[in-house]
Amino acid sequence: MKKIRLIIQREYLSRVKKKSFIIMTILGPVLMASIWIVPFFLATMSDEKKVVSVVDETGIFVDKFESTDKVFFVYEADLEKAKEDLPKEKYSAVLYVYKPSNSIPDHAVMYYSDKSPGIVTQSYISNAMQTILKNNLLISAHNISKEDYDLINRTNIKLNTEDIRTGKKSYTEIKTALGIFSGILIYFFIFMYGAQVMRGVIEEKTSRIVEVIVSSVKPFQLMMGKIVGIALVGLTQFLLWILLTFFIITSLQIAKPDVFKTPKTEQAFDAGQKIPSADQFQLQKLQNQEFKELIAGLFDINYGLMIIQFLFYFLAGYLLYASLFASIGAAVDSEADTQQFMLPITIPLLFAIIMSNFVINNPDGPVAFWLSIIPLTSPIIMMVRIPFGVPVEQVYLSMGLLILGFIATTWFAGKIYRTGILMYGKKASYRELWKWLKY
Amino acid sequence: MYLFSAHNITKNYAAHTALKNVSIDVPEQSIFGLLGPNGAGKTSLIRIINQITAPDEGELFFAGQKLCPKHISLIGYLPEERGLYKKMKVGEQALYLAQLKGVSKPEALKKLKYWFEKFDILDWWNKKVEELSKGMQQKIQFIVTILHDPKLLIFDEPFSGFDPINVNLLKEEILNLKNNGATFIFSTHNMSSVEELCDNIALINKSEKILDGKVHEIKNTYKANIFEIGYHGYSADFNNFLPQAFEILGNVSQNDVSKAQIKIPTSATPNDLIQSIIPHLKIVSFNEILPTMNDIFIQKVNEQKI
Repeated sequence: MKKIRLIIQREYLSRVKKKSFIIMTILGPVLMASIWIVPFFLATMSDEKKVVSVVDETGIFVDKFESTDKVFFVYEADLEKAKEDLPKEKYSAVLYVYKPSNSIPDHAVMYYSDKSPGIVTQSYISNAMQTILKNNLLISAHNISKEDYDLINRTNIKLNTEDIRTGKKSYTEIKTALGIFSGILIYFFIFMYGAQVMRGVIEEKTSRIVEVIVSSVKPFQLMMGKIVGIALVGLTQFLLWILLTFFIITSLQIAKPDVFKTPKTEQAFDAGQKIPSADQFQLQKLQNQEFKELIAGLFDINYGLMIIQFLFYFLAGYLLYASLFASIGAAVDSEADTQQFMLPITIPLLFAIIMSNFVINNPDGPVAFWLSIIPLTSPIIMMVRIPFGVPVEQVYLSMGLLILGFIATTWFAGKIYRTGILMYGKKASYRELWKWLKY
Repeated sequence: MYLFSAHNITKNYAAHTALKNVSIDVPEQSIFGLLGPNGAGKTSLIRIINQITAPDEGELFFAGQKLCPKHISLIGYLPEERGLYKKMKVGEQALYLAQLKGVSKPEALKKLKYWFEKFDILDWWNKKVEELSKGMQQKIQFIVTILHDPKLLIFDEPFSGFDPINVNLLKEEILNLKNNGATFIFSTHNMSSVEELCDNIALINKSEKILDGKVHEIKNTYKANIFEIGYHGYSADFNNFLPQAFEILGNVSQNDVSKAQIKIPTSATPNDLIQSIIPHLKIVSFNEILPTMNDIFIQKVNEQKI
């Protein structure tokens, strides 16, 4: 036991002291925090305002474009004059709509001088034109009132789902996101730290130190020491990430509180020089409502329970696969040879990730049930299901089977590992691995 | 008193037999040579002694007791393929490996300091192993192997990879350790390197022990009664004065001294040879040519092939 502790200690310290660990530990939260922060920054960052001069021969679009804080429209009657003004940097572009032969315009030309209008601007303009055109056709050609038209456009059913026992809303979107996110996180952790185990074994094997060590400790002790040591590295990194992310976000909130405000209604319309209509206020309210629900949904989830379950499935899933990774490391002489043995590990994990989309759509169906019970896929699929609420007995069953699975793979991999680490010079085949199992 | 004995060890792998009924006895405070060509089964036997693998049949004894895991701390093992963690610092690593053998940390530190001072390598302590040359790494490995004061030291190809200066240093330390009570098992296919050090040997070929015993006894058994005579003058014609049964194997001159090799029949003694020469030649030297272990090795291995 004392020797295993020594091995764990070495495996842990030698990795935690590495530069790459420190860099990853710092970079991780910066990346995670930037996922939160960058959209806010982008939203507040004022892009250079584009002024588009509209020359409309049909007259349908005159004064109909809605200016935003990004694009501002002016109307010009003479194409040649507008084109002349273009190089003087008065306008970013000239939009020319010519009179079509069949009275419904289907073409427009954008002239620009130095910079091509971005794809966002282009799609905004073409969308706006379509709306205006439809609008125009419906109102003028089919005699539908403006009010009716607005009504048609606003038909949008929002389905609220509630749990009949708790009376709570179910916030499906948030649960979906959370489930997929934690499933992917587990997938990455298993691969990241599993590969570290494999590389560690290969390093010991190629540097031949393994023979010295197994003359002092049992191969199984060496393998478990390495696996546990790296698991602790993973936990350390995970906890540091959470702490650092939290720290970065809070300190930014204190330093620059305005960054975190959602773009305000008045800001959005200030630039437009156009007083927002009552409808737009309505829309804004609706969006705010959705935003509030999002926040409420985020608070609705039992994070304590989820983090505990996440840690369990992360650890147990890692342990299940780590010994397999270790046995692959033992079976080869260099990292280049690992490909052929990686497939059996990659397939169940990849399968779980692909199936998680399916499971999200039907989190209580038979596929979800079985995949979250079978140990090879359960770490990922169960994490996907957990935000939706899984019956306790299923969670216990899955956890129990995962632990059994871990014991089975460790026993199985330990045998391959024991023989493999002392075999030099030749690449093993699957048949040889089978023989090693029986030694 | 044998420090280590192996009785009738058999080890089978799926496709082949690595050891068949091999027995060895290693006397205390001696150097035992485990000889044999590549693939004979030496490494399999060594791994069994180190309890890395278990034999299928046979028994092992350490100082009279059945070999068991508690003996691990009494055995030091220097494998043929030397290896250390490349990215780890020398001192840290030596400390780790010593602790794995059950030496306490302060004890290991004290001993490491002694050996590092002895080899004058204290300034390597904080270097990474990959920064050291191969010879330097070998020294570290040697220190690590003997640090826990093992009773039995197993060296696989002990001198491979060392330069002549370090080979001498190593030999000196091995003899020192032996005088202080350590017992050695050398495993090698390079006979000449260990011939002068070994007290006993066992020759293993194709999974079986084909020869064992004390080195000088084996040499006597295999000697061919060949003597070398050095004399003044140029290639004398021995046929003129040697008795019929004596066989001249060679006669070469260098400067004004010649050397002749003569095989005498088992009925004759070296004295008979000298007596027949004295009246005719001015003798400079006279000695018996003993077979080298290398010769015996090749002879025995070839015999088995036939």
